[in-house]
Amino acid sequence: MHEVMSKEDQGLMDKFLADNTLFLGPDPEIMRNHQLTPRSAMEEEILQKGIDPHQVHHIRGLLNSALGESFTMVNQMGAAPGAKWGDLVTGIYTAQGDLSMIAPNGIIAFAACCFYPIRFIMKNWVNDPTVGVKEGDGFIHNDARYGGIHNTDQSMMIPLFYKGELICWLSTTIHEGENGACEPGGLPASAESKYDEGIKMSPFKVVENFELKRDLVTFLQNSVRDPRLQLEDMKVKLHAVLRLRERVLAILDQFGRDALVGTLRHHLEAVEIEMRRRISEMPDGTTRVVQFMDSSLRESALQKISCAITVKGDRMIMDFRGSAPQFLNRSVNANIASFKAALCTGLLQNIWPDLPHTMAVLSPIEIITDRNSILDAEGEMPQAMSLMPLFKGCVVWTIPMNKFNYSLPKRYSAVIASQYDQAATFIYGGLTQHGDITGNFCADINGNGQGARSDADGEHSISPVFGFMCDTGEHEISEEDTPIIRLGAQRLAKDRIGWGKYRAGMGYEQIATARGSGLWGFMTGCEGSKFPSAQGLFGGYSCPAYQLLKIKDINIFKELEKNPNVVEVFDIVKLMNEQPIPNATYSSNDMGMTFELCNEGEIYMICQGSGGGYGDVLERDPKLVMKDLSEDLMSHENAKDIYKVVYDETSLVVDELATLNLRASYRKERIARGKPFDQFCAEWVEPEPPVNLPYFGSWGDPKVIYGTHIGQRIVMDGDKLQGMFMLNPKDVKISQLQAKIKELEKSAKSN
Amino acid sequence: MNVLITEYLRINLDTEKWECRCCGNVHGSARDNYKRGLLVYDRDPSEIHKPLLDIKKYDRTYAPDPTWCRILEYYCPSCGVMVEAEYLPPGHPPVRDIELDIDSLKLQWKDREEVKELVSAPDLALQKVKLQREIHSKIHNHSHDGEHDHKNGKTL
Ligand SMILES: [Zn+2]
Repeated sequence: MHEVMSKEDQGLMDKFLADNTLFLGPDPEIMRNHQLTPRSAMEEEILQKGIDPHQVHHIRGLLNSALGESFTMVNQMGAAPGAKWGDLVTGIYTAQGDLSMIAPNGIIAFAACCFYPIRFIMKNWVNDPTVGVKEGDGFIHNDARYGGIHNTDQSMMIPLFYKGELICWLSTTIHEGENGACEPGGLPASAESKYDEGIKMSPFKVVENFELKRDLVTFLQNSVRDPRLQLEDMKVKLHAVLRLRERVLAILDQFGRDALVGTLRHHLEAVEIEMRRRISEMPDGTTRVVQFMDSSLRESALQKISCAITVKGDRMIMDFRGSAPQFLNRSVNANIASFKAALCTGLLQNIWPDLPHTMAVLSPIEIITDRNSILDAEGEMPQAMSLMPLFKGCVVWTIPMNKFNYSLPKRYSAVIASQYDQAATFIYGGLTQHGDITGNFCADINGNGQGARSDADGEHSISPVFGFMCDTGEHEISEEDTPIIRLGAQRLAKDRIGWGKYRAGMGYEQIATARGSGLWGFMTGCEGSKFPSAQGLFGGYSCPAYQLLKIKDINIFKELEKNPNVVEVFDIVKLMNEQPIPNATYSSNDMGMTFELCNEGEIYMICQGSGGGYGDVLERDPKLVMKDLSEDLMSHENAKDIYKVVYDETSLVVDELATLNLRASYRKERIARGKPFDQFCAEWVEPEPPVNLPYFGSWGDPKVIYGTHIGQRIVMDGDKLQGMFMLNPKDVKISQLQAKIKELEKSAKSN
Repeated sequence: MNVLITEYLRINLDTEKWECRCCGNVHGSARDNYKRGLLVYDRDPSEIHKPLLDIKKYDRTYAPDPTWCRILEYYCPSCGVMVEAEYLPPGHPPVRDIELDIDSLKLQWKDREEVKELVSAPDLALQKVKLQREIHSKIHNHSHDGEHDHKNGKTL
């Protein structure tokens, strides 16, 4: 019936549709495509002419130092705690919005997200007469649905024009923290829909003629708990990106438009070629890993992430089908663009850190997911705590890629087990001692323990999973700004170790209370209290489970006044086991906690975690075991029980022969108790998840997905996933208590 | 020729078998799941990650929950080395973690020289961390001579 439209009619139709689109929401055409765009006409023309590799190298060096300079500006001037400790980036993009280069020390994932909003701006605002893209404009954005890790990160993006022509885009992004969500600090675990997540900036123009538009800034300040922070960092980001602009203009003046455009595009293509070359060095085949997240941050819920990496020639396919379905009313969902940014980060942090930090590393990789899964969430669902699946995405490479790459005659980086992958830090909010309202997070997030290496123990509290470049901050500074008082001084968490031939790097204890505020509270967004999170490699064990400990109903400052020696040492295990503070309520809880008020002097305690161990514990050099003992990293019980070393407890002198014999006999014990695999599977494997386990994801068959929806287990096809609606944990608790009351009343009557 | 696959596993390309790198035990066909040649033990995770808090006082003690998580320990049936430690919910089918195309592997190694030990490579991530820490400490040291404007939340 339909006739082919003429070009003119098609144009009119397109214009009609564009004018009548009611809402320019996140655009799947943009958001689902992580690949480089085809060369633009300008890029094609320049690259066809050929470019001078020496000049490319030279310009790349100049761009790197310019990006580094603007990074340092934000790092030194930014008001957000995240800016101070390195949770930021500056980047340069092609005119089409492909991320070409980032500051050498910047957060990869942030920049790996900004090309989505830039593509959105190019598609929608350039030709829109009510918006437009002109010299001197700047655009802001924070909604992760349009590209981003989570809504607490805010970006400033500016187009760079040269002789009237759009040449490239520049950006800077900071983890700002506070963003006016239903809980302070920018990471609202209790968000039940996207409307609980605070300000939701689709990309819009907030700068004209190189100046912030005060009316819009005021609107944004009015939307968050920390208006001063909002203004200051918008200024900082703008000034840093303008400095970057000056530097790039100087490069353009010196080398010309073709040289810069050619360099940006060539850089991307060269990285893509290098990626394909490295993939083709790997063996053909498939390696697999499953990861488990054990909490929705509101209730315990075991969610699977299933990953199969297939290599065939220079193709790599990552298949995440079979992973958990998304939650409709829990914040631990991630959209696919955010998840890919985490993958890009993880590849550059864990596998090939020597590759340039650009989106082109991910471009040649094909990624397959189930729509509406926890890592490809769509719709109105909240995703404020997307960090949970995203951190898994950062480390998901470590095990399957090491199984591919161990054999290679040329290797590019060390073999390392998984880093600890939880956001183990206090998020806070309330009134400061200066009377200001604030909300943010502590830099302790940046101290994840490193996984063990094939030839050495992991480093303690090395960095966050999303960047090598972040520091763990200084508590004296945050104590001047907030009522948070640190009672423990970041001691390493003894015995909480990923064991192995080489042990993982450990995490430190964080013991916090509040003083001098009328209204203060904490939250934590962490999993791994039932099911350990950081996986070991080649026979190494994972990290342990971690808990959140509380000492409530006391004021530690009053207790210390009464008796300065009431607490001998602020050590979590000692405090909890010995319970030295009289009349306090001690409790051990899941690591995930929605915002909770902390009265003056009440104590909250968590740990940064250990990475995964490497290799068989019986192969650990007894000297290293003694070293761990002498550094008080572990107890004698574990030295003997886990590592099977015979030694003198006082002198720490090892009885080598006795150790050899003990280990040999323990290997025999293993052989005696182990069962042949097929027999073991026949006895052990169940057809579906245990009935009492709130399980989400596939079990055996990746196409069959289990979930719990409105309190009932359901089974779905992987390609027809629906979101899971969770009951209010308080309602669940109330109905449990009501049932108990009924039972008690019944038995009282019958007596 | 052997191809090293993990710390404890190699593939003998001539025989197309999985072998133990510690004792040479033949685990089975390289085209099959190597786990079928190993022994498995269902380990209670709280034996490895022991409770650190008093179990009489608390449910959560830093030990994983054995009703949520088990450790499948895989041993070489000949020398008893632990090849893998797989963390799974109870009853979850073990994962076929390595499945290589043996024909292409042979082709790929036709012109390569045998690798007898893991080829070492630098820990580049750690190097980057150390470099960054230096930069941070420079910025921090600098800050003490400069302005220290806490009221605005700034540390210049
Ligand atoms: Zn063996």
